[in-house]
Amino acid sequence: MIPFDFVYCRPNTLEEAYKAFCQLKNQGKKTVYYAGGSEIITMCRAGSIQPGAIIDIKRIPECMLLSTDHEGLHIGSACTLNQIKESKLFPLLTLTCGRIADHTNQCRITLGGNLCGTIIYRETSLPLLLSDSAITLFGGQGLRTVSFQSVFQGRMQLSPEEFIVQLHVPSWALQAPCFHVKRTANEKIDYPLVSMAAILQDNYLRVAFSGVCSYPFRSTQMETVLNDCSLSCANRADKAAMLLPAPVCHDVEGSGEYRRFVFRNMVQAFLEDAASGQI
Amino acid sequence: MVRYEGKTVITLNINGEPHELAVRPSDLLLDVLREQLGLTAAKPGCKNGDCGACTIIIDGWPAKACLVLAVEAEGHVILTVEGLGGTAAIQKAFVEKNAFQCGYCTSGFLMVCHALQMQHPAMPEEHVIEEWLQSNLCRCTSYQEIRKAVHSMYNKEK
Repeated sequence: MIPFDFVYCRPNTLEEAYKAFCQLKNQGKKTVYYAGGSEIITMCRAGSIQPGAIIDIKRIPECMLLSTDHEGLHIGSACTLNQIKESKLFPLLTLTCGRIADHTNQCRITLGGNLCGTIIYRETSLPLLLSDSAITLFGGQGLRTVSFQSVFQGRMQLSPEEFIVQLHVPSWALQAPCFHVKRTANEKIDYPLVSMAAILQDNYLRVAFSGVCSYPFRSTQMETVLNDCSLSCANRADKAAMLLPAPVCHDVEGSGEYRRFVFRNMVQAFLEDAASGQI
Repeated sequence: MVRYEGKTVITLNINGEPHELAVRPSDLLLDVLREQLGLTAAKPGCKNGDCGACTIIIDGWPAKACLVLAVEAEGHVILTVEGLGGTAAIQKAFVEKNAFQCGYCTSGFLMVCHALQMQHPAMPEEHVIEEWLQSNLCRCTSYQEIRKAVHSMYNKEK
């Protein structure tokens, strides 16, 4: 049971959603955009947040789109992880979505929700960071499309009234060789100790991580080291572990030292497999 | 645009029948099913989306009713264990394979397995079955029997 009331709005268009947000905000209600709702409901029930209004974007056609054209793949922000996974249109995102929460929850959690959530892992960001994806937002400036990296620095950097409409993945990334691995402390379904996504573009390896630091990241400095074939795999893994962009997470899932150990070994194993053509 | 504030009457399609219900926007579907309609097969467990005891089927896919607002479910087709009528293949398979002990998790497992069969009418690969079943917990650890029941369900359908 959620122990308080809120206003529920279900717009049919992007404009309706934005107008409703502004109106409710002007009425002094703390308003949030809502898609799958699993995190918002959990936090409401626990008393962590108390929105005065929620705007459900699941009936807005642009937010439910999932299609390809000559430019690539377009994914609505309210598409569920399971829809994305079942479509098999972007192999790296398929692999990533398949390891977030459990299958039933994957039928509820949306791409936009995973990116905008407060849970730090935001693993769907990894394939988007690696593929030079673009993102379309709707807000006070109307529709705007920008590079995903420009609005995602560990977490989404949106103005309060803005919401994600779609993500756009370029064609090359849909066919590129890719790799994903996630290590957890205990159960297969758990938050990651380390989650790693990799994609090969023009024989250059791109790599992004979640779980190891307090935010997901892609490091070009680390990629330079990992692509340096003059070094051994072990040496590259050692150097990569020295280039983490922030302190290593240290929590009940795993100590900082252990996460660093998992990270280093994961990277070395990946490089060795890649070198022997097993990936 | 739909806008609900305070107690509102909505219509939900549950087990093939329309139901008019007075709900608050913040009412959870799980609570509405149990307390307003007396459909108590969906069980409150963790109420956090972890245990799967409250699993129902929405538009052919499994959903944890503790993480769904009742107002969100408008316009969707909802199925609970009561809607299976005691005759679904998976219900018979659970009985045949003794796939339960205390029974609290059973309705959630039944719905996940039934949804699995709706989406995969032919027996899927083992890893798919495992992936779907991982959404639910059985504290009595009847996992092997439940897996056998899923196989039995598919074998009987051949």
